[in-house]
Amino acid sequence: MMALSLVPTASWYLVLSAVLFGIGTLGVLVRRNPLVMFMCIELMLNAVNLSFVALARELGDINGQTIVFFVMVVAAAEVVVGLGIIVSIMRNRSTLTADDLAGLKG
Amino acid sequence: MILVGAVGVIVRKHPVHAALSLVLTLFGVAVLFVAQEAHFLAAVQVIVYAGAIVVLFLFVIMLLGVDRVENLRTEPLSGQRPLAVLASLGLVAVLITAILRGNQIFNERGTGLNLPDAQDGPDANTVQLAESIFSQYVVAFEVTSVLLVIAVVGTVLLTRRTRATAE
Repeated sequence: MMALSLVPTASWYLVLSAVLFGIGTLGVLVRRNPLVMFMCIELMLNAVNLSFVALARELGDINGQTIVFFVMVVAAAEVVVGLGIIVSIMRNRSTLTADDLAGLKG
Repeated sequence: MILVGAVGVIVRKHPVHAALSLVLTLFGVAVLFVAQEAHFLAAVQVIVYAGAIVVLFLFVIMLLGVDRVENLRTEPLSGQRPLAVLASLGLVAVLITAILRGNQIFNERGTGLNLPDAQDGPDANTVQLAESIFSQYVVAFEVTSVLLVIAVVGTVLLTRRTRATAE
């Protein structure tokens, strides 16, 4: 078992991304506003991107950065669709809470 | 700084404040991308995430008028929050343990392309990324563009149809 050194190695980046991912998970579990839940999902995606870049540098492989590029594009598409859904839901309702969205009937 | 922003996203009551904390985190991640010689991805991060996505969030917040303070004191489900904290901490502990146990793979170098050296010029990272995307992953790139078009068309259709039914 190796200890973490004080210089910022790839392990530090990976630990940071793990903590970011945990915070994002906590936000998705705790918050009730769908917009804030989306922000937390973005947080988790960024954590994964950070770990990809750290490993791409550490292992000398450019394909990790390629995957990060695709993740960014798909995340942008996902945010567009999700916010469209939230807007279309909010046209019929006044409150915005994830607990109120239990039914699929419009 | 990144962690302060990330914690700010989940503890600020106001959605606008949460979005601004998200900007802080995204810029911090972009700085870390620069520190790891991923210059193109840092630029894309600033433009797409901190620019477009957060502006989209703020736009939707203002459009829907939901920028009121969320009541974080009341717990919707009893005992949900301690369980959520426990689950998140467990997840982080598992991830960190896996990272520390897997440390020795860093001794073996990868067999893919090498990252650019300093003498290759300032655009070396972008050149390498472009070579990877447009040669090895060109099909995935085209599929991604199709996905973007589908997302845009679907969103327009989604919002238009609900307005037509509402009227």
